[in-house]
Amino acid sequence: MTPLCITGARVIDPATGHDGIANVLLRDRLIAGVGDAPPPADVEVIDATGLVLAPGLIDTGVFRADAAACHVGGITRVVLMPDQSPPLDDPAVIAFAQAMGKPDVWVHPLVAATRGLAGQELAEIGLGQAAGAVGVATGRSGIASSAVMHRLLAYSRAFDLPVVTHAEDAALTAGAVATEGDYATRLGLAAAPAFAESLAVARDIRLAEATGARLHIRQLTTAEGIDLVRAAQARGVAVTAGVTPAHVLLNETATAGFRSFARLSPPLRNDDDRRAVIAALADGTISVIASGHDPRTQEDKRLPFADAKAGMAGAETLLALALALVRDHAMPLAAVLRALTAAPAAIFGLQAGALRPGAPADLMLFDEAAPWRISGDRFQGAGNTPFDGLPVAGRVKMTIKGGERVWCG
Amino acid sequence: MHPFPHAHLLGLAQLKPWEMLFLLDEAEQWVELNRGRAKHDTRLEGLTQINAFFENSTRTLLSFEIAGKRLGADVVNLGVSGSSVKKGETLLDTALTLNAMHPDVIVIRHGSSGAVQLIAEKVDCPVLNAGDGRHEHPTQALLDALTIRRRKGRIAGLRVAICGDILHSRVARSNFQLLASLGAEVRVVAPPTLLPANVEQLGVTAFTDMDKGLAGADVVMMLRLQTERMDGAYVPSTREYFRFYGLTEARLAHAADDVLVMHPGPMNRGVEIDGRIADDIVRSAVTEQVEMGVAVRMACLDVLTRSRRGVAGWPA
Repeated sequence: MTPLCITGARVIDPATGHDGIANVLLRDRLIAGVGDAPPPADVEVIDATGLVLAPGLIDTGVFRADAAACHVGGITRVVLMPDQSPPLDDPAVIAFAQAMGKPDVWVHPLVAATRGLAGQELAEIGLGQAAGAVGVATGRSGIASSAVMHRLLAYSRAFDLPVVTHAEDAALTAGAVATEGDYATRLGLAAAPAFAESLAVARDIRLAEATGARLHIRQLTTAEGIDLVRAAQARGVAVTAGVTPAHVLLNETATAGFRSFARLSPPLRNDDDRRAVIAALADGTISVIASGHDPRTQEDKRLPFADAKAGMAGAETLLALALALVRDHAMPLAAVLRALTAAPAAIFGLQAGALRPGAPADLMLFDEAAPWRISGDRFQGAGNTPFDGLPVAGRVKMTIKGGERVWCG
Repeated sequence: MHPFPHAHLLGLAQLKPWEMLFLLDEAEQWVELNRGRAKHDTRLEGLTQINAFFENSTRTLLSFEIAGKRLGADVVNLGVSGSSVKKGETLLDTALTLNAMHPDVIVIRHGSSGAVQLIAEKVDCPVLNAGDGRHEHPTQALLDALTIRRRKGRIAGLRVAICGDILHSRVARSNFQLLASLGAEVRVVAPPTLLPANVEQLGVTAFTDMDKGLAGADVVMMLRLQTERMDGAYVPSTREYFRFYGLTEARLAHAADDVLVMHPGPMNRGVEIDGRIADDIVRSAVTEQVEMGVAVRMACLDVLTRSRRGVAGWPA
């Protein structure tokens, strides 16, 4: 493999705090050096003047490891949800999932918390870890039984695995497709109160505190839930949280006209909650931004709102939508990149998400200002995005995985 | 100004007050025709009307069928039991299949909110919403308004109390939009478990005490409570519901002396309404509502097909 030297880019590495023009040398699938040394004679030089160079994005909690979409989005590693067919509740299936993306996109599976994701009996979490799982996940829904959740957290603690939860009270949200409020009332949609989230968050934080387990709330979307997490973090509970661009940029009004692409789980909230999410990202209460990538076929989405499956395709738009936080002066660029790289790497113990010498040569180049318009029709796979038609800025120009250029835009 | 610039009738939320009044005014002529001997008009002759009912219905389907036939349309009914929906065909494929048969108007009822709008976006002819989930049932609200207007001479300024399962009711939602737009004072009366969140944002006042909610009401509109919701899920029992939310003589005494009692049917006598009140021809407008239903639906079918019939002043 030809060694590469990328020159002239603004190199931002949230893991080391580096932010400045530098040359990055890649050799033998690893980062060989970052600095102002001129390119050696034996390397291919890529002039990246005017672009930003950052670690390849790590997308936490995707439902499909979609290599083509990831490359377009600058994503080099995904943390895969156990909601697969069959579910990732068996070491052999986990080992297969871990291997399937190589070499283009590395897949870090999460082992299902319970057998068949049914919320009843603990799955083989320890064997799952041995087969490559980097965490435990409850799946698309939370675990309804407090007793099962208590045991799950206590058991996972012994393996030092983070437990990724979906924070919605199961009984309150049964059958609901929207957040309770005048918008859902007008549309006649079955709705659950926003506090269905804080009830689940409060329970799970208390159980994490009691067991000492590490808890990661995959999507934290309400002001009340955020206040609970912020208070727990302040008293030292090992709880982290993430969010997708949908709950950062959209509120319940996006469901107007029964647009089933805006059918998400958790559902879109009111604008007070949305602004609380931005504040929580800014102060670090929410440390991870993820795409929630969940491509759906036309058959799953071209249905009446309540009958459509929840979820959105998001890998290709993750960076551009996250950069809206920079444009709106809510977060500096380095902080947004940290939420997309170093923060998830730390939670799941991945040896990635940094540009230090010796680290894997996973990186991406992007043009921070390049304008484009999101068009689901042009996506690599399914185009179910609630952002269809939205003009955005920030485009990935090159994705490099293990020293190989896997995508050039 | 064009009196009704809408391709479809999907709900009342999209209509201006004068557009609602236009439909009511149009319906008056059909009330007269329907009371005569020769109940027939030819303006929809040669046009095909499909009634696609994905949810069971007897009276609404019959009302639309009679309305179409009295205007001369060729009316075809597609019931859920005879449809390909049971064979796994998607709703949109069904819509495209219907569309390929060149209907001139499609009347749709579906159990999911928003389903009718979804179909309307995919077909080339006017679509009339005959009830979608908990969302809207516009012709029901129009027939209620026509009934009230004919009995009371006006809608503006009346105090209307809508009582019962507001949470699951598309009839209630359409009535809020229409009655509030036309200047009535709308109250809703229900146990807290059957009131939707933030219902007051829709321009109504909510009561959980029925006597207070009925105080001075000019119109009392009862809603049907489905029996499966009375087994402890939303209210503890039928008898407890009737005790606190059933319309009895004693309770009706709180309303105005000339109160008008309405019910969209089918009624659960002894559950939400005392049978004697329902049968009182002075106060009850239940059968009149059914009569107005045919007239209102004739008006909607006529108005929605005017563009394709080339009626002067209606742009193609």
